[in-house]
Amino acid sequence: MDALDRVVKPKTKRAKRFLEKREPKLNENTKNAMLIKGGNANLTVSEVLKDIYAVKKPFAVLYKRKNVTRPFEDQTSLEFFSKKSDCSLFLFGSHNKKRPNNLIIGRMFDYHVLDMIELGIEKFVSLKDIKNSKCPEGTKPMLIFAGDVFDVNEEYRRLKSLLIDFFRGPTVPSIRLAGLEYVLHFTAVDGKIYMRSYKVLLKKSGCKIPRIELEEMGPSLDLVMRRTHLASDDLYKLSLKQPKGLKPKKKKNISHDVFGTTYGRIHMQKQDLSKLQTRKMKGLKKRPAEKSAEDGGTAPKKSKSA
Amino acid sequence: MAAVRVEAVLAAAEEQEAEKRRSIAVEKELELEYDLGNLLAVDRNPPPAAALRGAGPRREALLRALARDNTQLLVSRLWELPAERAGGAGGPLVAQLPEPAFRLPREKPPPKPRPPTRWEQFARLKGIRRKKKTSLVWDEQAKEWRRRWGYRRAGGDPSRAWLAEVPAGADPEEDQFARLRREKRERVARNELNRLRNLARAHRAGSAVPAAPLHPTGHQDRDELRRVARVARVSTASLGRFQPRLPKESAEPPSRSGGKKRRFEPLLGNLAAERSRQLDLLRDMGSKKPVLDITRAVNKQLRQEEAEAAAANKGKKQSKRGKRGRRQQRPGRSGKKSGARRQPQQQKPAGTGRRKKA
Repeated sequence: MDALDRVVKPKTKRAKRFLEKREPKLNENTKNAMLIKGGNANLTVSEVLKDIYAVKKPFAVLYKRKNVTRPFEDQTSLEFFSKKSDCSLFLFGSHNKKRPNNLIIGRMFDYHVLDMIELGIEKFVSLKDIKNSKCPEGTKPMLIFAGDVFDVNEEYRRLKSLLIDFFRGPTVPSIRLAGLEYVLHFTAVDGKIYMRSYKVLLKKSGCKIPRIELEEMGPSLDLVMRRTHLASDDLYKLSLKQPKGLKPKKKKNISHDVFGTTYGRIHMQKQDLSKLQTRKMKGLKKRPAEKSAEDGGTAPKKSKSA
Repeated sequence: MAAVRVEAVLAAAEEQEAEKRRSIAVEKELELEYDLGNLLAVDRNPPPAAALRGAGPRREALLRALARDNTQLLVSRLWELPAERAGGAGGPLVAQLPEPAFRLPREKPPPKPRPPTRWEQFARLKGIRRKKKTSLVWDEQAKEWRRRWGYRRAGGDPSRAWLAEVPAGADPEEDQFARLRREKRERVARNELNRLRNLARAHRAGSAVPAAPLHPTGHQDRDELRRVARVARVSTASLGRFQPRLPKESAEPPSRSGGKKRRFEPLLGNLAAERSRQLDLLRDMGSKKPVLDITRAVNKQLRQEEAEAAAANKGKKQSKRGKRGRRQQRPGRSGKKSGARRQPQQQKPAGTGRRKKA
């Protein structure tokens, strides 16, 4: 790994831009996924990888050749791939007698494996098998998780986090409402996880919000959880840590109360009370005679020298 | 009449059906949790396990109905967001999404700020602040605004200067133009050297080998684990003196300084050892032939060579192979034999072998 660790000084502007894209930033790039076939991947597993690649384009890389590795034993080869292609998510498919139709989904932190979960494919319906129109490439999908086990079980919680990370797509500030076409629905029941993809049809309803009709499209998988390799708690906490620069700047002197009222605080200078504007009472006004008498008493007499 | 009543009932039933088909209301026991920034909805209701157990189209239909309900709720929420028409009146309806709320781990650790350069440190110490300079300067000769530096700068191209004054106290025979060119080259070289030094310092500070993580990662080798185990043992209240040892760990506690400190013999100890030591010393001092400690001599020689090589290579970059590579490259200069061969050249006084190396 010495070649990869050595600092490469860029000689062209293009190389410099390439390196800048890969270095750690405050606001990170969208995570790329690499889809790898194991040494003994069969047709089902290859089809699954191809379909997921179609869903995740252009933020995915599909490796054509088979790679003989075992991710649960040795992670160096995966880390090497991740470093080379700058991908932090991976999906590794393999097949053997003990673990048929195996899919390992995982993510990296700083080019080292963070979490890995092995899932077995029980049933798979491909994009090609369902003959209808598909939604355009690169649509941001809506993600729905159903089932209380996604919150109760620690491994399922990590799986949920992994799946969101995997299928999320780029973070956008605004979205076209008519373009919400794709939805991925995960149901966890009875130790199985059903993943279904639907195309969303917006129908007229009585009011502004449209009525939803779903049409099955896309890959549908029946998964069962096998082994897991989860990161330890403090490593996971370290990876969740956000830099201070990302925290939204707190506006000072503004507070909200329970009812939603916004309070503001204004800081004033010290008031000169003698110049205070009050009600004028004409009767209490100082008469010129009294004024001069007061002045004469207090002010020193100016001596006139001839 | 009966026919009219039947028709009325049928019409009412059909209207009810149509109404249900168009309604957007969904009944749920527990409310869903939404993260609109990620277009995410989480349904905590336990799905009907018994119904979903049987395989086949019934399960698909049930899953689809569940998905439809959940999607309807999510889309209702999304359509409630503040929306506007992008690109004028006829453009598409675009909703402003909030920040994603679900915390996901980062791809890479957050960037570390680069350490300040030598100039930046000095400026901070002295309180020097950056002066904002205009990019254009008025050129009196050309009577127009020219750049401060670069192509067609104000004041003309300095390399085409046609006059170079001889400064007071300089050699009259000296070529001033050559001097100016040489000084510019030196300035550029010094600037480049400082820039590279700053870069190296920043890189060294950034990628300093991180302390071994004290939790087991599964990727550690034996030495790292030994180090970590030692740290863990020493972190007890009695500094590890009463900790039970692991089966394969060494018995005696290793010294804290790693064996670097000098050990002195006790004053009133072994009389025989002291006697033999003093007698040997006298014998070496009295003998005519010089006594040499080969190991010490070889080490001293090698260190001298390294120092010379380092002094010679000071300006240039270090070779890729490093010290060991350079040492092995030069023919026949390693090993005790060559070191011992060199000994007759140096007139070492007898008895130096006993003393500590200078």
